[in-house]
Amino acid sequence: MNTLEFTALVFVGSLLAGLLGSLTGLGGGVVLVPLLTLFFRVDIRYAIGASLVSVIATSSGAAAAYVKEGFSNIRIGMFLEIATTLGALLGAFVAVWVSTSAIATVFGLVLMASAYLSRKPRSPAERNLPPDPLATRLRLNGSFPDLEGTRSYNVQRVPAGFSIMFGAGALSGLLGIGSGAMKVLAMDQAMKIPFKVSTTTSNFMIGVTAAASAGVYWNRGYIDPGLSMPVMLGVLAGSLMGTRILVKAETRWLRLIFSLVIVLLGIEMLYQGLSGRI
Amino acid sequence: MPVEPVWTDRRIENILGNLLRAGVGLAALIVLCGAVLYLARHGRPPADYRVFKGEPSDLRSVPGVVRQVLKFNGRGIIQLGLLFLIATPVARVIFSIWGFAAERDRMYVVFTVIVLAILIFSLVGSSPV
Repeated sequence: MNTLEFTALVFVGSLLAGLLGSLTGLGGGVVLVPLLTLFFRVDIRYAIGASLVSVIATSSGAAAAYVKEGFSNIRIGMFLEIATTLGALLGAFVAVWVSTSAIATVFGLVLMASAYLSRKPRSPAERNLPPDPLATRLRLNGSFPDLEGTRSYNVQRVPAGFSIMFGAGALSGLLGIGSGAMKVLAMDQAMKIPFKVSTTTSNFMIGVTAAASAGVYWNRGYIDPGLSMPVMLGVLAGSLMGTRILVKAETRWLRLIFSLVIVLLGIEMLYQGLSGRI
Repeated sequence: MPVEPVWTDRRIENILGNLLRAGVGLAALIVLCGAVLYLARHGRPPADYRVFKGEPSDLRSVPGVVRQVLKFNGRGIIQLGLLFLIATPVARVIFSIWGFAAERDRMYVVFTVIVLAILIFSLVGSSPV
């Protein structure tokens, strides 16, 4: 395959990943690394570098739209970014030292876990919780536009959320993914932040988290321009298309199919990692 | 007399949104320019990313990238676009410091400065010796 053909194919693959990721809300970054390593035989370190770059592009592009709608909470985002960026630094440094097989194995497990998380029914939202002293001190409580006007919320369990965020950052730095599912888990489940606020704030944070590990990858020479170019442009174009289409009726099936794809990729990554092929 | 602008979360969020969009747009444009140049000159040889070699030093330092851009090297121009992309969230953090300062929110100025310090450490402090 010559460079022109390779670039075109990677662009199309990344476009599909970005499109499906944004239509299903599962994020495209999580399938990019398996796509590049399993189908295009790219070394996982180059794949992670390229994926990280595309994660910054999509999250910043999407965050621009959400921020204006007034759903995301910049204080929650900024406070928790202390945890995610520290985690991302740790993850990126660990990635430099561990074997590629170990990275592939962890990747396989994370793929399966994220498919499980996306299928799991959400516990019903608890409203009108009492204010938590720590959250109040940190000025994390907020409000957002709802159907019946403005709804305010009180953030709970800040230390638990902060710790999960550190883990989400570490996985993001180790695997080159946005780890949006885990960020939403920390905010929605642990801190009891309304789902809509959690997802948009998570998207807002992904770019900064990815930038923290991208610096390390850049300095170590993991970010290849020839590979990152079609990946970044493809994912960006795909996710922009996705936000325009938004076919409500079919997303349920799309989500199911995309989750299945993620599980299969997870099994293959796990197998390749454990057998030392990657 | 001109009306003093009121710095609210809402207004800061709006500016942040535009900043992010502009940064990503600019980065994508530069990457695209580099891509055209790169593919026009190096489209023929086979692509091989099976073996990890790491980037040459000129493509992983800012002065090196600038040198390559001045030589109209396609890969260098793409790398410049990617640098802009990585810088976009950093710019967002810098702007947030200013925004929180305008709101006189000392605690959040401190939090944001911590995040910025981590980012700067990652970008400049993490290069191998």
